[in-house]
Amino acid sequence: MIELAGVSKTFASRSGAVRALDDVSLTVERGQIYGVIGRSGAGKSTLIRTVNMLEAPDSGTITVDGVDMTSLGEEELRVARQRIGMVFQHFNLLNSRTVRGNVEFALEVYGVAKAERARRSAEILELVGLTEKADARIAELSGGQKQRVGIARALAGNPSVLLSDEATSALDPDTTEEILGLLRSLRDELGLTILLITHEMDVVKSLCDAAALMRDGRVVEHGLLTDLVMRPESELSDGLFPLGELPEGRDTTVIEITFVGLASQEPVITRLARTHELDVSLLGAAIETLGGKQTGRTRLELPGSPAAITAAVEDLRAQGLSVRVVREAS
Amino acid sequence: MIDETDPEFWPTLWANVGEATLETLYQVSVTMLLTALIGLAVGVLLVVTDRGGMLEAPFGSRAFGRGLNWVLQVVVNLGRSIPFIILMIALIPFTRWIVGTAFSVTAAIVPLAIAAIPFFARIVEIALREVPAGLMEAGSSIGATKWQLVSKVLIPEAGPALVLGLTTTAVSVVNFSAIVGVIGGGGLGDLAIRYGHQRYSTPYIIVVVVVLVVIVTLIQAAGNRMAMRMRGGGPARTR
Repeated sequence: MIELAGVSKTFASRSGAVRALDDVSLTVERGQIYGVIGRSGAGKSTLIRTVNMLEAPDSGTITVDGVDMTSLGEEELRVARQRIGMVFQHFNLLNSRTVRGNVEFALEVYGVAKAERARRSAEILELVGLTEKADARIAELSGGQKQRVGIARALAGNPSVLLSDEATSALDPDTTEEILGLLRSLRDELGLTILLITHEMDVVKSLCDAAALMRDGRVVEHGLLTDLVMRPESELSDGLFPLGELPEGRDTTVIEITFVGLASQEPVITRLARTHELDVSLLGAAIETLGGKQTGRTRLELPGSPAAITAAVEDLRAQGLSVRVVREAS
Repeated sequence: MIDETDPEFWPTLWANVGEATLETLYQVSVTMLLTALIGLAVGVLLVVTDRGGMLEAPFGSRAFGRGLNWVLQVVVNLGRSIPFIILMIALIPFTRWIVGTAFSVTAAIVPLAIAAIPFFARIVEIALREVPAGLMEAGSSIGATKWQLVSKVLIPEAGPALVLGLTTTAVSVVNFSAIVGVIGGGGLGDLAIRYGHQRYSTPYIIVVVVVLVVIVTLIQAAGNRMAMRMRGGGPARTR
């Protein structure tokens, strides 16, 4: 649905050229919610702006719904943008208009006739739960309500794609949850494909099917969350399962076992104890719903001979579990 | 010297003041109409042709954009730096060419507008620069044309600041319109000079001053009220 191939972008700045995007390739499937996470300055913001060509890349291609965005002329680009909604961290609403007026602004741009504008805006405001606030001024709204208006405006063109630029970063945790829920239901009901950027792992965790980690303009790793967590060395997976620091001052082997679907968990610990005669102690465990699937990770401490531990780890891997040796006894 | 005890003095004064007030209001209104339209256009051009503006390269030429912006900046600075009384006299041939005469109530509109347009254009420029770039970006993301960005985002969002700027300009124009009395431009200034100054009639001066204060106060109050309504102090509008 969205495909970036070899996209690069360099900005000139006082301190020299800044490579905001360095050969970025990314594929978002239809109906997917895809999160790009990274620190500020990692290039996320530039990345999402290349998708609707608010930022034209220096090289590479960007395909949205089969259309090569980089090949479009000004007029064609305007038409293509109507099918790509965008919401912003600071909402970017027109204070000179009411809630309804902000949605109608988009409809006016699309050349929708007046009567139809009223009908469509009412319909969209109902979809985002703002019917009662239709005639309110923007200044009268809470942050969450403002973002709902932003989403409503983005939906005005019946988009197939929604771009979310840190849409919840200016909101408190409860409101964030509310907006993420709205985005999820819009994907489910309208079949939207959503590409979002964020610096909050919680957003990725609770909303996304797939994610990419960006650093210094590059995509460091990417994939479905359920695949990422099974990759033992994945940095994203560490963020998804924060089990905390390892206990200090003990010379023991520590492993982490990750599994998708909870059924596979049960026999693991007893099996280690019984088959391999290891005195397993549980250091930590977490269960998260990632990409709609229950996923768990346990951190175990395994005292015992290196040979026994190696055999145990191989046995676990043979069962299809993702095992990462976090610390090895010396 | 006018005989202030003459029974005809006050009726004549009121008639004169009435006529002069209408002349001033006519001058100021026409001037403000021209200023609002042209000043707004120049102010918008100043912003959009600036570096990074949406029209920094009109017709695909960056050099043209730079040039246009430079010319506008120079013209606006020139218009703002020349004292009105000098500008007015310097423009006499131009005014004569446009209106046919340089000394009439209507002719005075030419220097007034030429002084007020750069003044307002600068205020427009400042007001438009205060509109957050994110709003323009949001408009672009929807697929708005440049014209739609200007007419539906930039100008309405700067609305209250533009109205207050227009109010300030109108007050200045009322001021300037008194100066055109020097060259027979009619209006309250003319009246004050002819009767108050040249014929030493204090009542004329006082009445003219009071009328001018009332006009300025009304303009300012109307501007404040309108800006307040636009900011959301008044009842919500649907559009």
